[in-house]
Amino acid sequence: MAKKIITGSQALLRSLACENVDLVFGYPGGSIMPVYDELYDYRGKINHILTRHEQGAIHAAQGYARATGRPGVVIATSGPGATNLITGIADAKMDSTPLIVITGQVSTTNLGSDTFQETDMIDITNPISKWAIQVRSAEEIPWAVARAFHIASTGRPGPVIIDIPKDAQTGTMHWQEYSKCDFIRSYEPVPELDDDKIQLACEILETAEQPLMIIGQGVILSSAEQEVLELIEKVDMPVASTLLGLSAVPTAHPLNKGMVGMHGNLSVNVCTNRADVILAVGMRFDDRATANLDTYAKQAQIIHIDIDASEIGKLIHPVLSIHADARQALRAIVDRVKPASHTHWIESFVQIDQAEQEMVINNQLYRAPGSTISMGEVVRKVSEATNNDAIMVTDVGQNQMFGARYFRFSSPRSCITSGGLGTMGFGVPAAVGAKLAVPDREVVVFVGDGGFQMTMQELGTIMENNIAVKIVILNNDFLGNVRQWQELFFNNRFSYTPMVNPDFIKIASAYGIEAESVEERTQLDDAISRMLSHDGPYLLNVNIDPVDKIFPMIPIGGSIDKMLLAPNCLYEIPVFR
Amino acid sequence: MEKRLFTITVFSENTVGILSLIAVVYTRRHVNIESIGASRTSIPGVMKTTVTCYADRPIMEKIVAQIEKEIYVIKAYLYTDEDIIWQEVALYKVSTSCLLNEEFLEKIIRRHNARILDITEDYTVIEKSGHGDETESLFDELKEYGIRQFVRSGPVCVTKDPVEHVSEFLAHRDTRNKK
Repeated sequence: MAKKIITGSQALLRSLACENVDLVFGYPGGSIMPVYDELYDYRGKINHILTRHEQGAIHAAQGYARATGRPGVVIATSGPGATNLITGIADAKMDSTPLIVITGQVSTTNLGSDTFQETDMIDITNPISKWAIQVRSAEEIPWAVARAFHIASTGRPGPVIIDIPKDAQTGTMHWQEYSKCDFIRSYEPVPELDDDKIQLACEILETAEQPLMIIGQGVILSSAEQEVLELIEKVDMPVASTLLGLSAVPTAHPLNKGMVGMHGNLSVNVCTNRADVILAVGMRFDDRATANLDTYAKQAQIIHIDIDASEIGKLIHPVLSIHADARQALRAIVDRVKPASHTHWIESFVQIDQAEQEMVINNQLYRAPGSTISMGEVVRKVSEATNNDAIMVTDVGQNQMFGARYFRFSSPRSCITSGGLGTMGFGVPAAVGAKLAVPDREVVVFVGDGGFQMTMQELGTIMENNIAVKIVILNNDFLGNVRQWQELFFNNRFSYTPMVNPDFIKIASAYGIEAESVEERTQLDDAISRMLSHDGPYLLNVNIDPVDKIFPMIPIGGSIDKMLLAPNCLYEIPVFR
Repeated sequence: MEKRLFTITVFSENTVGILSLIAVVYTRRHVNIESIGASRTSIPGVMKTTVTCYADRPIMEKIVAQIEKEIYVIKAYLYTDEDIIWQEVALYKVSTSCLLNEEFLEKIIRRHNARILDITEDYTVIEKSGHGDETESLFDELKEYGIRQFVRSGPVCVTKDPVEHVSEFLAHRDTRNKK
């Protein structure tokens, strides 16, 4: 029989076990040592992945959460250990990722006195977390853990911080049966569905002649992928996705018209300003998705469904807002809305798609023999070599946008990328977390030479645990996205974007990780094949056209329907009949 | 858009750190808080914080929505002066000798509906409740006698609404919990 009088650290691990946690990411240090001492006894029940930096630990926990939907758990010590988590916490808040962040803290008797490695984590993390709590005694720990899991994983998910002073870890408490939290009176995660609004949404959709659905990550977070498919097929409505909504609908679905936004697909961006009804679900009209709001979809009746009330009316004013869980709302709409057909409208996308194909995509995918390799063709080749069924993780920058545009998705939760915060260095550790979460799926990460060097110490974590992630460095010896902006908008003044890089193959070799470099297009297919058939981690360094640019593109301040297809080449919107 | 005075009331759990959670939402949007007051309510465990500031309505609506999103915030409401009855308290410390030599003291106190809280040989403390212009008007009259200290509270307010929505909301939450 389990002991009744236990320490706070024991209570923490028992509570985590009661929440079905079997994997945590972290890095030990002075103020969290009692917890680590306890983790030693939990090996096999709760396994711990020692990353090489706390930032790696939290991004790995994010990758884990994004791949599974379950909260990722990360543990770090006080002071610098805790502050090294900040980027990941902010990232998780922006991208609605459920995380349980456990930080050690100096003893309560020393709090507030600038003790060694003391940092006020609660006040630092308040603006960038969903909830932050400092427990003051061992007794409070199970209560805090139960609340943390409830808050992190319900409603609009997000990161939660539990700051545990050392004396709360070592103090004792009387263990009683663990009770999960499912109610906090001041917190209403799932709003009640307003039936009248569902009815109204159906009526608006039924009047639509040119409806467009735009989905965000909310669809994935509420597992509403099936409802989206049913709705678009019933209403015969094209669907587009934000960056974080990618993979909710298979790329190959005929009604899936791609991605919205700055580097999104031409047809959906142009048609955003032609649609008469836009059904926006689980997305927040981020500036990268909408471009200039003053010219955004002014002609359309926008229906906005979101679980976060503070997102409704924040940036645009919908004719109808439905504060609801995406799945519940879409299920109700699917069941009630009348079927329709919008053939003419859907066909109007084709001509624009062709322009993008000819002006942009062909140039990426079908280059002349002997020419430099493009990012797009690497991504597409890797995608196809995995039967379009891998989890694609990206870092941030051109690699991310090429990944989003050229990877093809077959199943949900296959696109893991830092959207809102745009965190360089996210990719490699997030891939580590994703692979550990779903070991049966292929996990490929596209990363630039810049972002790779921000967290490449995690090769140590990959080595130690033999984590079979496939790392593809799209290497152009430049901070490519900034370089692109410098070329287009800053008069070719390449201020601190060229990079002198190390030999990435030697670095991988030092970690005992198989690696190879590709210089020529003719080597690419075989190299990808070797990477994917290798049983274990693999690093593929592909030398890319250094002046390759991601197009189409909406310049900052531009309108959603005015995309550059190449430098100084604005797409001429055809006259629609 | 023209800025005007807004009052928000935030009903929250009475717990550590609430004020900082509220304040940070204002800070992020660079809205200066004019006054702030917090106290327990008649509902067990519930705290009411009243904050005033000058801003425009769209900004205030977003601030309220973001405050309400905090886990421990139960409800937050946005008001303008027309929606609420509000009151402030001001205290004035003046030299007793100056006042005693003043023949119109009684009239000043009466006219402003003020009262004397404490008199010592050295100083006298006068209290006046009212709106900002009223407490300022007394300040102007007392100024010539030399005000040693002056302090004004933030406003407290009640709504003109016949029901207390937060009580209804909490009752509704309780019912949902029991289901």
